[in-house]
Order: sequence, then structure tokens, then C-alpha cells
Amino acid sequence: MSIRERLSGNEAVAVALKQIDPDVVAAYPITPSTEVPQYFAQFVADGQVNTEFVTVESEHSAMSACITATAAGGRSATITSACGLALMWELLYVASGSRLPVTLAVVNRALSGPININNDHSDSMGARDSGWIQLYSENNQEAYDNYIMSLRIAEHKDVLLPVMTCQDGFITSHAIENIELLEDEKVKKFVGEYKPEHSLLSGEKISIGPYDTPMFYFEHQYQRARAMVDSKKVILDVSKEFAALSGREYGLFEEYKMEDAERAIVVLNSTAGTAKAVCDELRANGEKVGILKLRVYRPFPMEEIAKALAHVKAVAVMDKAESFSAMGGPVFNDVRSACYELKTRPHIINYIYGLGGRDVPTTDIKIVFDALKEVVKNDKPGEIYRHVGVRGV
Amino acid sequence: MSKMVEVRWHGRGGQGAKTASLLLADAAFNTGKFVQGFPEYGPERMGAPITAYNRISDERCPIHSNIYEPDYVVVVDATLLSAVDVTGGLKKEGAIIINSAKSPEELKPLLEGYEGGVYTIDAGKIAEEEIGRNIPNTPMLGAVVKVSGVIPEAEFFKDMEASMHHKFANKPHVIEGNMKALRRSMQEVKGL
Amino acid sequence: MIYVKDANLNLPWNEVNIGGNIYGGGTSLDVNTGDWRLFIPAWIEEKCKHCMLCFPTCADSSIPVKNEKREDFDFKHCKGCGVCYKVCPFDAITWEKEDK
Repeated sequence: MSIRERLSGNEAVAVALKQIDPDVVAAYPITPSTEVPQYFAQFVADGQVNTEFVTVESEHSAMSACITATAAGGRSATITSACGLALMWELLYVASGSRLPVTLAVVNRALSGPININNDHSDSMGARDSGWIQLYSENNQEAYDNYIMSLRIAEHKDVLLPVMTCQDGFITSHAIENIELLEDEKVKKFVGEYKPEHSLLSGEKISIGPYDTPMFYFEHQYQRARAMVDSKKVILDVSKEFAALSGREYGLFEEYKMEDAERAIVVLNSTAGTAKAVCDELRANGEKVGILKLRVYRPFPMEEIAKALAHVKAVAVMDKAESFSAMGGPVFNDVRSACYELKTRPHIINYIYGLGGRDVPTTDIKIVFDALKEVVKNDKPGEIYRHVGVRGV
Repeated sequence: MSKMVEVRWHGRGGQGAKTASLLLADAAFNTGKFVQGFPEYGPERMGAPITAYNRISDERCPIHSNIYEPDYVVVVDATLLSAVDVTGGLKKEGAIIINSAKSPEELKPLLEGYEGGVYTIDAGKIAEEEIGRNIPNTPMLGAVVKVSGVIPEAEFFKDMEASMHHKFANKPHVIEGNMKALRRSMQEVKGL
Repeated sequence: MIYVKDANLNLPWNEVNIGGNIYGGGTSLDVNTGDWRLFIPAWIEEKCKHCMLCFPTCADSSIPVKNEKREDFDFKHCKGCGVCYKVCPFDAITWEKEDK
């Protein structure tokens, strides 16, 4: 029996953290994720958790504290957004390179400038190559579920990589919606105790994070890259176990009405929900459209995505982040590359959308599906790198 | 998505429009509905116009965008009528509910030809008389429930009373005042 | 997991400790940094007064002291920096180019 509740996305993550009761939480507040450490600090003050809550002076220190706490043998977690994630940058690489399974809840916000506090994915997309596993969440429920699963994935002996779980700032972080919570004991049992094979406080003679010479560095990076590849299986195994517990199933991505789809949108986080609603509407008119919602962006499910899109005629990949590469956003480039070896492959175009909190109404999704209609009709992609929702474009 | 009701709230920073939208979400949630309650965030400060939203339905609503064609609009501060296009996109089968001592007839000319229902409620006065402070949230909530019919009234009363007993266990007079304010607002809301 | 004493440069990627962790303490003792020496000091025991000025200056802890008396250099770790030679007031330490 689960618990029927209504919580904002931020509350959902805070509750997950409470149920997990990690050894250390080190965080520095930043909009729109501030509420998470705020609620959590209250749990600490009220004695509802046994966590050591470290009120650090910056996000750089927050990640440093998590890295050292994890190296010491503890389970550690932190929360941030935008510029806070940017300030953690150097340490993101240290955490994954030292193979320390820190978990991080990212509440996505535009990375300035000019300064903006609203949602897009420029913060976590920038961190996509830092060796962190990235899970994306459509709503409060997925933010909660993904966070609980993230510990098991990170700490698995075949992975030992940190995981960031992302959700959209304000859009889901501050929206109250229904949610099914698991009972505390179930969560505690699911995440279990963190028992690292080696740690600084284990009594053994060990150095963690030493200087790595050219004689060994490459081998370590190869291991790290292999762990990212191997993590796909672990993510699926953990998700299966979670489904047995919660009844909620998660894969590497969700295929929504994709079986016979001729046109498809690839999208992640909250807009996936909006796109599904539009998909339903168009399906009711007999249009063969579908949605592929990415959950796992790192590791990128290359073969699986190619397989899922092989039968589609035209695909629009939606990126809520610019990469300023002059060749489209990050998700687009990965999806398009994944499809290269297909014998017959769909036309794939890119839409940059919703930057800096620009609302993404259903009409924007319709524009994209309509554009795909043109691509199918002409059997040509036309302009590949496009934008939707910008005035005058 | 049968029977989804969408509500847009207009208020000024500090007046509790966001809180009211969350209260409505709570009330609907308590009667078994799927809800969304969310404000539109920006650099707003005390007194600046703000917007908040509700979606209430029998199934989970996957849409995560602002509401452009609401069924109901609630105006917590009548001075917004001349500052914001409060009826923008409002369905004519729907209604607008305004916190004002004036009658719907008096306010209708300010609504730029809106053809749907116009309701007014003197929420400030009710709040002052029953709760002792000018916090229009509770009476506005009562008026919205009455006009929209989105929640069955009897269940709504029962749930509100239960949640207030939970929230204000040590302040029985607050519970009584709020419940009176709810009842009065549902009786006194005037429609056109 | 491999202890540092068993590690070597022929280890394939899957036998290298993940994250670069180093197991087994005192690892610097195992490294023959004496090999890096270009100049070599020599201790002239007859001239030495055991004044103890030299050993704290040694950056490589290569001047062993026992029972308040210094002993000969630890040439496995002495890098030949010459600081001990500089501080010795009794010319009890020489410092010359090393013939290898």
C-alpha cells in the first residue's frame, strides 16, 4: 500500500531524502532548489533523520564535503541548480573520477547570463560529460522515484559513479501534484545500508584521490567509461526491482504510442507530459504520432534509441538548452548520431525550446508535429536546427 | 481527460493568491481528485501582479504549461481589472470571480466584453468580520468552490473542517471563524 | 584490488585499482627515489659531532637517527639536494657529482 499525497517536486525530493536518511547532506541554497535543503534542515532539527547536515559556504564546498564523506565510507547527498552546479564543476569530475557514488538532486534552471532564475536544461546539459549518470524526471513522482533509485545505481559495484537526478525548476519543483509515496520502511529496505568495499574509515591503509600519472590515468578513465556503459544494465535491474516494489515501471526511456508512429518527438523532463497530451489529441484525429521520453541521458542509450526510432519517418528532438555549437542542442546531436548506422533512418530535426522559463504550451508541440508533417511530405528535413517559442522566428 | 477544470488566479504579491491556489488544490485532492497547483514565478515583489494556476481532474494531467484558456478566473484584487487582461482566454461557458464589494453589474463593463459568468464576493469584508483580519483566501476559496462546482459542497466542508482541526488544533476560534467565512462566502457570492 | 607492492606498469586496465585508489600504506618507501640523484652526499663519521643540525633539514627523511646519534644516509631515498652539506658546521658532509 502506497501513501496518496500531494507534494511539490521539491517536497518530493526532500521526503525521499528523509526516508533514505543519508549519513551526510551538505548543501548551499539556490533558487529553485532552495526548498529541498530547507525542508531537510527542518527534518534534521526535528530529529526525524540522523543525518549530519553540513551548512557549507558554497556549492564547491558542498560537493567537496560529499566527496570526502563518501570517501570516508558514508552515504552523502546534495542538491543544487544552475550557477550552483556550475560552481561544483571541478568537483563533479573529482567525484566521478574517484568513483564515489554521491547523489545529487538537480532542479534545472537556466545557467546565466543574463541572469535568469527560471527553467531550462543548460545547467545539467553542460555537466553531461562529467562522468555522472543523469536521470530526468517528468514530474514530482518521477523525481521522487528516480532519486530513490539513484542511490542503488550509484552504489552498485559494477557502477560506482555518482548520479544526478534532474527535474524542471518551478514547473515541477514548485507545482503541487498528486504523488504516491512509499512507506519509510520500504524505502529504507530498498536502499539498504551503504557498505563500500573500501573506505578511509575502514581501518585499512588506503589513499583515495591521489595524483594519477600518465602510467595509470588512461586505464582509470577507461574503467570509468566502461562503468558508464555497464551502468545501463544496472539501471534496468534496479528499475525492475523498484517496479516490483512500487508498481511503477521505468526503462532507459519511455515509448509513448510509438509502435506505429510515423512522426515522433524526443523530449525529456516536464515537456514530455505536455507532448503526451498533444500526442493523444492528434491520435484522436488519426495522426500517427508518438513521444520518446528520455529518462536516462547518461549513459546515452544509443542502440536502444536507434531501434526505437528505426521505423519512424521524421523525428524532432527537442532541446531545452542551446549548445551554441551552430549544429543544434546536445540531445539532438546524440540522438542523430545514434541513428547513423540504421539502414533506413528517419529524418531528424532539432528544436530548441523553452529557454529561461519560456512557457511551453501545447501549441508549441503542435507546431513541431506540423513541421514534421512537412518533413515527411517533402521527404527532406529542410532546416535542421530550429527554434520554437522565440518571438519573430 | 474528461472533466478537467482549469483555474487561473490573479492577485498581487503578498495577498495570498498562490496560497489560495494551493488551498484549492488541497481541497480537491482531499475529495479524491488529481490536482495541480502552481504559481508563475518571476522577480515579483509585494504588490506586483502575480498569477497562479490550478488543474483539477479525475485522471493525472500530464500537461505542464501555464493555463491559456481557463474555465474560471479568480481575481483576488479588483484593482487588477484595469491593469491585467484578466479575462484573456477565459471560456465563455466559464466565469470570473472577483473579490469586490461592488456588484457584478458594476464590474462587467471593465471586463472588455467578456460574455461568461461574472461573480463578485466581498471577501475582504467577510474575512475581517469572521477571521478578524483582511486575508481574503478562505472566502475566495469558498466562492470558487460554489461557482465552479468542482468539488461537492458537503465533502468540501467536511474536509476543510478536518484539515483546519489538524492545522489549528490549539486555536478553536480560528477554525470557527474560517468555517463561518467559508459558509458566508458561498451564500454571499453574487452572480450575473 | 591490488596492493601497491604488487603493482607494476604492465597491469591491464581491469587489474588497476578503480579511482586510482592506493592500498597499503607507506608507499613512498618502496619507490627508489635515490635513483633521481645527480649529486651525492657522504658522511664523514670521524668529523661528525652528532649536533643534529642536518637531519631536520632533510626533505626526504634520509638521515636516520638512533639513540641521539645520526647514522649513514638512506641512499634509496636521498635525492642529493645538498642541504645537509650546506648546514653542517663541521665539514662532516661532502657533496659531489655522483658517478653512476
